[in-house]
This record gives sequence, C-alpha cells and structure tokens, in this order.
Amino acid sequence: MLDLIITGGEVLTEDGPAFTNVGVENGTVTAIGDNLGDAAVTIDADGAWVGPGFVDLHTHLREPGQEWKEDIGSGSAAAAAGGYTAIVAMPNTDPVIDSGHLARFVSDRGKQVGIVDVLPSGCLTMGRAGKTMAHIDELWEAGVRLFTDDGDAVGDASVLRLVMEYVAQYGGVVSQHAVDPSLSRAGHMHEGSVSSRLGMYGIPSEADDVVIARDLALARLTGVHYHVQHLSTAGGVALVAGAKAEGMPVTAEVTPHHLMFSHADVASTDSNFKMMPPLRSESDREALIAGLESGIIDAVATDHAPHAALEKEVPFEDAPNGVLGLEWAASVVTTMTGLGITEFFERMSIAPARILGRSDHGQHVAQGSDANLVVYRPDLEWTPTTSVSRSRNAPYFGRALTGAPVATVLRGVVTWERA
Amino acid sequence: MRHFLTTEGMDRTELEDLLDEADAFSEVLTRPIPKVPALRGKTVATMFFEPSTRTRMSFEKAAKALSADTMSFSPSTSSLSKGESLKDTALTVRAMGVDLMVVRHKETGAPWRLAEWLDIPIVNGGDGAHQHPTQALLDCLTIRQRFGSLDGLEIAIVGDIRHSRVARSDIFAMATLGASVTLVGPRTLLPIDPEAWPVTISHDLDAVLDRLDVVYLLRVQTERGGGSVFPSLPEYTERYGMTDRRFARLKSDAIVLHPGPMNRGVEISHDVADHERALILQQVTNGVAARMAVLFQLLGGDHDA
Repeated sequence: MLDLIITGGEVLTEDGPAFTNVGVENGTVTAIGDNLGDAAVTIDADGAWVGPGFVDLHTHLREPGQEWKEDIGSGSAAAAAGGYTAIVAMPNTDPVIDSGHLARFVSDRGKQVGIVDVLPSGCLTMGRAGKTMAHIDELWEAGVRLFTDDGDAVGDASVLRLVMEYVAQYGGVVSQHAVDPSLSRAGHMHEGSVSSRLGMYGIPSEADDVVIARDLALARLTGVHYHVQHLSTAGGVALVAGAKAEGMPVTAEVTPHHLMFSHADVASTDSNFKMMPPLRSESDREALIAGLESGIIDAVATDHAPHAALEKEVPFEDAPNGVLGLEWAASVVTTMTGLGITEFFERMSIAPARILGRSDHGQHVAQGSDANLVVYRPDLEWTPTTSVSRSRNAPYFGRALTGAPVATVLRGVVTWERA
Repeated sequence: MRHFLTTEGMDRTELEDLLDEADAFSEVLTRPIPKVPALRGKTVATMFFEPSTRTRMSFEKAAKALSADTMSFSPSTSSLSKGESLKDTALTVRAMGVDLMVVRHKETGAPWRLAEWLDIPIVNGGDGAHQHPTQALLDCLTIRQRFGSLDGLEIAIVGDIRHSRVARSDIFAMATLGASVTLVGPRTLLPIDPEAWPVTISHDLDAVLDRLDVVYLLRVQTERGGGSVFPSLPEYTERYGMTDRRFARLKSDAIVLHPGPMNRGVEISHDVADHERALILQQVTNGVAARMAVLFQLLGGDHDA
C-alpha cells in the first residue's frame, strides 16, 4: 500500500501538465497514472494544480536572537501553510550568520522542527558590516549556497568585488539587497507624489538602480552568479533584462507585496506597508508584473519579515521595515498575474531551487523524484484574516485573493492541509 | 468634524466657520476675564511626543480659556522610554478620562494612528513635515483680519517648503480661501512634484516681490536629509531673505508673517521682524483663538449628540 495518493489534479510532470494521480512511498514519488491502488492518506486534488513544493529564496526566521518576532518553529509553520517545502533563512539574525557553526545551528533547528527544509544563507561580510569577508569557506562547508548581507547593501565596491571573486570560485550566489545606503538613509518610503504630500523623506528609485548597475559591472568583472533581491523598480527590471541579454549569470526575485501594492497604499501611514525597498509607483509595479510574467524576474521571494505588534503599533517612520509573506505569496501571484501552471511553478519553485543548486526541491513530478509537493487551487477565492506566524504585520488581511495552497507535502508527509 | 488632522480636503465653508468662530474667541480674549465656560468638565490632553513649548502653551491656554481641564504628556519621563508602544501609551492616557487629545509627533501620520486607535477627537498639533493645521488656521485668521478676505490675495511662502508642515497646511487652506499662492525657494527646498500642488513656483524672490500682499517666511534649517540643501546662510539670505531692501520694495500695505521661531538676520532682518507690518506676535495671539475654535467645534455641546 502506498503512503500517499494525490488524486484528480493537474500535475506538472516532466512532459508538461497532465490530469493524473500521484503515488508516494517512502518520501519518493513512485507512481504516476490511473488506478494506483490504496494508500494510507489520500488528498483530493480536484480542481487543483499539483507540483513541486514552493521554494522561498528570502525568509526572515528571526532565530537566533529575535524569537519574540518569529522562530524557526513558527516560521516553518507559516511556510508549510503557504505551500513551501524549502526556505532560505536570511542571515541578519542576532548573532548574524557569518560563520559555519551558526549556519549549522539554523539548519539543525530546521531539521528538529521538520516541516520544511530550512536552508541557511550566509553573510557576505563579517558582522554584516560591509568591511571584511565573512567565513565563506566554513559557510560553504555548512551547506550555504547563497550569500547576502540582506538588510544592507555592501556599499564598498572593493569589498564586494573581492567577495564576488571568492564566492565565484565555489560557484555560489552573491545576492544583494540593492538599495544605496546614502540615497536611502533618511527615507522611509518611495520618493514621489505620495512622499511629497506626506512630507516624508523619500527613497528614489535610483537608490536601487545605481546599486544594481554597479554590481552588474562587478559581476561582469568577476563572473559570479549575481542575484538581485526584492527588485522594486522598472529601472532594475531593465538592468536585469540587459544583463541577461548579454548572457550573464544574473537572476532576480520580486516580493508579493511589490506585485500587489504601491506607494499609494502608504498614504494611510499604516506601518504594514513599510518595507525596504519601499512600495514604489504604479508603473514600477506594472513593470514588476510584466517582468515576472516574461521571466526576466526568475522567482517570487517573500521577504517574509515578522515584527511584533509592539514594534509596528507606532508611527510609520518609527516602525521597522518588513511584512509577512509566506502564507499569501502564491495567492498574490495567481491574483495579480496571468501565469499558467508551468510558469507558476517555475517562478515559485523550480527557478529558486535551480538558483540554489538543489535537486531535491523544485523538480517536475516524476517517478523517483523527492515527494516535496504542493497541491494548489488556482481558483480558490478567500480572504486572509490571520496568520500562523508569531507576528501579524501583514498587509493582506481583509484582502480578497484568488488561489491558495490546499496541502503541502514534505518527503511524503503532509505538513499542512487547508481546513 | 470628528477630528482636526489636515487642511487638505477641507472645504471653504468648513474653514470659514472655524475662522468666524476664532474671530468671536479673539473678542473673548480681550475681555477683562478672558474665559468662557463652554468646555467646563471636559479634559484636554496635550500629547507632545516632540518637544514644543510654544504650541503646547497655546493649546493649553486655549483649553483653559474654554474652562476645560488640561493634562500634558512628555515622552522623556514616560513609559515610551521603557519601550511601551505608542498605541498602549495612548490607550492608557485615554483610560484616565480624557475627552480630546492634541498630538504632536516628529513622524508623519502619528495623529491618524491615534484617531484610528482611540474613540475621542484628535487634533493634529503637527506631524513630521506633513501637517500643522491649527497653524494654517491662525495664519489665515491673521491675514483675514488685515485684508477682510483672502480672495485674490497674492501670497508667497518663502524658504524650506519641502520639509515644512506649516507650508503643507497653509498651501491648502490659503488656496481654498481664494488666495493665489507662490512657493519661492531654491529647487532643493521646493516640493519634488510642484505640478501636483495648487501653487505657482519661483526661484527668484525679487521677481515676484512687487505683486505680493503677504510674504510668509519659513524658518531656515541648515541640515536636512543627511546632506546640505543650500550652499551657505549668507547665500540664502542674499537670494531669499526678507532684507530691509526687499521690504522697502513691497506694496505699502503688504504684510510679513513667520511661524516662529525666527532666525533674525537669516530669513528675516532685525528691523523687518519688529516692523508694524510684520504681524508675527499677532499670529501668536491668534493661535489661541484659532485653537479655541477647533476645541470648541470638536467638544462643544452640539457635537456630543
């Protein structure tokens, strides 16, 4: 008897989408087809897509050091509820993940919790201070494949160039929080008509664009795989498109909130619309959607950034940057874009896994593939009202969304199922 | 009117009603006993999260002239320094039995947050560089007392409009009341999107001087946003200061206003500041009457129903 059968869904197989059943045994997909027999667990996937579990390149789990916001347990639960089977933990914890033993702590805690694969990322520089190289060798040995000082850009071009050279020799990814620190340091939101009316210091789009342009020049110099985190501007999309046309190993991600909201939402001064980079103009938002649809933007990444109510129930400028995202990212994609099943799984799972060099996640559903799967109903209409995260700083509550995960499977075990 | 947060979106009647009320309270303030019992039994809390002596005193005087009780909050000695959120602080003070809060905060939108969290009227006493609507009211009151109406008046607001909540409030109130508003300053001090405002723009004070009825000078602050916004104070004064020479070129009945505190010798000369057509102290006096009008409108008997 099989451990699990997923019946009646549209399955993303190696030969493309097909209406069929998926059988799982011992954590592996063992059968695809009709009449698979009995199973201990059956998931009805009628009207749903079945594909590889989502992979998030950008999650803040806050552990170690800020467990009042989130920890690896609560963050893993939010990931499973969002259809994720693997998430990359950002290294801007306390202490920051700049050494091998700290990266091992994160992955070990993830294994203890056991409902999503927690893949640690590591800092580019010691202490995330932008001055000297982090323990790249140790981090690599601990399984880190993506390096970033997320939360801050590496401002010093010489430091970045050397780190790029070092990471390039391993074939790792240098991932940049591309916001120029000098152009952004006074600002709390996008510089434009809304900031002008509010009298709030703005961050011009060019704060992102100048960093991306410089980094692409350095990536050209060093040959490193360069990944742009949370792309927010039309200018950034154009720069990435140009680099890809050149054939450079460049990838980019976009967050769900940048796909759904714009600086017009900040007029309310609700701190649940505060993040970095900021929500930008409507034309930027449209360029991001077009970029995601065309594939210039490779992946949707949540930038899931929990903050406690205590920290967010303050005026906008006092509030920390960041909003939750894991539980609604896929829903935002099916609500805001026209992506079909193939491109949807490409952006949500296959491309992020490829960027990380993983063969256990982000695979088409095939006999012998790891049973890391999600069952996703693209037409399910729902309105989120709460979260399983430890925090509640989400702009999605009360918003009508179309599409939702109904079950998440990690190595054959159902880690979450919609009630 | 449930709260008084911004002049943006207020219509002419709403503004004129407040100005009429303020005129009446101006008269009260000249009486031997400058006090009326209109708000007896009400409690007004001044919640000034950003230090400000003048505006706080003006609101307290206004509340007391209406016979309201006043309480004040100062962040330096409060639980905010112990990490309490703004929301919890506000709910705590509300629970003591407060009927209205006047909020000043260095950050944009703070009074809106309190209006969302609390069930009492909120008056914006200045938020970030966003709005300071009672300042606009007292400015328009001062102009109206001198000219009878703002209709058709030529008003220049000179200086750091980009970072000024006074300017953001005055622009809407003055334009709504029929004045023609010109913003004057170097490009680094003007809004980044001038076309979105009901104003005209000039970088040359001398070019617009002759036609002005009102010159509204803003306080110069030299450091903004992490970089310098103009080359030097002498260069600023040379181009945008109300010097004696410029004052002499104004129309004979033109007036000069300033929200204070002034930098004498920078945006305004010593002699102009003391001139009888610089109505700066009248603005301060009118501030009490204007704030009485706002408190009365929000807490006066008719509005409890």
